[in-house]
Amino acid sequence: MYTILSILVENKPGILFKITHLFRSRNFNIENIFVGGTMDHNFSRMTIATNCNEKQIQQLVKQINKMIDTIEVKRLNQNKSVYKETILFKILKSNKSDLEELNKLSNEYNSRIYEGKNSIIIELTEEPSTINSFEEKLKIYKILETARTGIVALENNEH
Amino acid sequence: MNNISGAKSLMLALEEQGVRQVFGLPGGANLPMYDELFKSNIRHILVRHEQSASHMADGFGRVSRKAGVCFATSGPGATNILTGIATAQADSVPMIAITGQVPINMIGKDAFQESDIIGMSNPVVKYSFQPRHASEIPLTVKKSFYIAETGRPGPVLIDIPKDVQQNEAEMDLAVKFKIKGYNPWIVPDVIQIEKAIGMILSSKKPMILAGGGVIISSSFAELQSIAELLTIPVVTTFKGKGSFPENHPLSLGPIGMHGHAEANKLMTEVDCVLAIGTRFSDRSVGTFDEFEKKLKIIHMDVDPAEIGKNQTTNIAIVGNVQTSLRIMIKLILQKKLQKVINSEWMKHVKEVKAYWRDNLKIHPGEMSAARILRKLRSVLPKNAIVTTEVGQHQMWASLFFDVIKPGTFFSSTGLGTMGWGFPAAIGAKVAAPNVPVVDIAGDGSFNMTENSLATSVLEDIPVIVFLINNFSLGMVAQWQRTFYNRRMIGIDLQNCPDYVKLAESYGAQGIRVHSLDQLEKAIKTGLKSNIATVIDIPIDPEEDVLPFVAPGTSLKDMMLPS
Repeated sequence: MYTILSILVENKPGILFKITHLFRSRNFNIENIFVGGTMDHNFSRMTIATNCNEKQIQQLVKQINKMIDTIEVKRLNQNKSVYKETILFKILKSNKSDLEELNKLSNEYNSRIYEGKNSIIIELTEEPSTINSFEEKLKIYKILETARTGIVALENNEH
Repeated sequence: MNNISGAKSLMLALEEQGVRQVFGLPGGANLPMYDELFKSNIRHILVRHEQSASHMADGFGRVSRKAGVCFATSGPGATNILTGIATAQADSVPMIAITGQVPINMIGKDAFQESDIIGMSNPVVKYSFQPRHASEIPLTVKKSFYIAETGRPGPVLIDIPKDVQQNEAEMDLAVKFKIKGYNPWIVPDVIQIEKAIGMILSSKKPMILAGGGVIISSSFAELQSIAELLTIPVVTTFKGKGSFPENHPLSLGPIGMHGHAEANKLMTEVDCVLAIGTRFSDRSVGTFDEFEKKLKIIHMDVDPAEIGKNQTTNIAIVGNVQTSLRIMIKLILQKKLQKVINSEWMKHVKEVKAYWRDNLKIHPGEMSAARILRKLRSVLPKNAIVTTEVGQHQMWASLFFDVIKPGTFFSSTGLGTMGWGFPAAIGAKVAAPNVPVVDIAGDGSFNMTENSLATSVLEDIPVIVFLINNFSLGMVAQWQRTFYNRRMIGIDLQNCPDYVKLAESYGAQGIRVHSLDQLEKAIKTGLKSNIATVIDIPIDPEEDVLPFVAPGTSLKDMMLPS
């Protein structure tokens, strides 16, 4: 399972480059990365999933913390956190029954459907494991393209 | 408030930081800066290659413990100082590198002499700025010095587009700042320090491992107090060489790939190490894992990221090492703690030290590295500052040149930059004009930045180049002899150039010596001269640096002279 790091950084040009460069130069891997603004436009939050081992994670957290543009880096506790990813599937509309079946599946997973002329786009926002099982079920259809965001996550307070 | 140009505000901000000189070379994209430099009170020291400007700023920074400033133009000027920036980063040296950049509207257009120096330098700077408006410059300069000089020092790059230098804006020179994500003032944890004292006192064979952090924080007195209060022998890393007087009875000298035999030997026997301001580099500790299992390690460092990076530790004390050591001393004195001086361990330490001081074989011949460096030590005043280049001569200096006054020995230990020593010596001389400065050099390294002789002569900054000349890239040659069955390739420099003539062509003095008497005379001549002196000392090209711990092996597996 991935370790998820939630990093609050200064919202400055080049900051994504600096963080990803740190991973590269220290020989660490990024599985996926999600970057977005926060309520305070001075800061951005990066959510990075990595599969480093324990010793590497400890070093990684220290190296990210050492960066002057880093305000805070948190290693999220999976049991207390909400993890979500969004995925879009573009499926070829080959026969009429497809739409019906997909609507059924979509209701089951609480996903949305956007119908086009020759294709259907399905959007699902869920935990990574649910997304994976949803993807399995869609494999009987002709999937033309997918786009996946990477994990966005926050940890709930204990008190 | 009057509007002033970005370049003018840069000079005012540098003056406000107490900058008295900059090392640099002008070009198209930094001409507005130079025009304001012309009008300011800051001295310009012209170099012949930008790399040397960065090494001079580096040498200045190591000696003065204030950031040295270097200027370069955009494009190749900027890429030329990258090596110097990386060197400063590897050795935690405060430095401000200021580059010109093409105008903002030209950035990204592959303009003439454009280079993305912010991107290129990212992994080797502590921080970098590219002001986008002239009004940002005063704040940028203040933040840069603050970042470069506090915490674990390092180089900061300021890349200023030409139009930002030229544009005028209302300047707030008294601007205040706070950097939210940067806290260099970590307070050491007293409880950890108490635990550390307990661990040392309960150990039977303790050792202090002093690193470069002791020199950077100028904690010489504190280190000596701890060692003497608890009677603990002191080894250093190579970067920590000279953090502790090497003529002190508790001094064992540097450990490592070319550490002192007694230091390496005893280091493998200890049961508790107090490591101060060191990152446990591979060159210092070899494959430490082999004997670390039995070993208790206390690690003091200003940089939390160094804790556990290369070495697992039992007790970590994060914070300025001077502060940590002072707390430790206070606790020891309060509790009246001390170690028994004539312990079994100290008896053993003294025996091992005496044995190796008497029995380490040195290369035969009058002009062996050991003999010429001991001669240099005996002639040089104790307060003289010594820099080195990188290679065999550097390791011989580590082995045979004892640093008596702490903080007078500097070398490119992390990046290992050949050509660093000579320009760094010039920078050091600028920081300490009344102290003799000597660059212990090899011919291969001196070759790389020898054109700084022009700067030394024309800017009247005299230093001595102690050129140990083996007509080859000696360290590479040694590895080829040792590990590649004498398949010698790419190491033969022959007698080219003639260093005496070279020195003279720059208006410096060159002296070639073939005996220790001639050498002594030449050093004395150099010390009395007000001009750069190159002492060319031909030696046997076959002389190896020994002891030698081969890369990837343990300090236990030290090769000794046969």
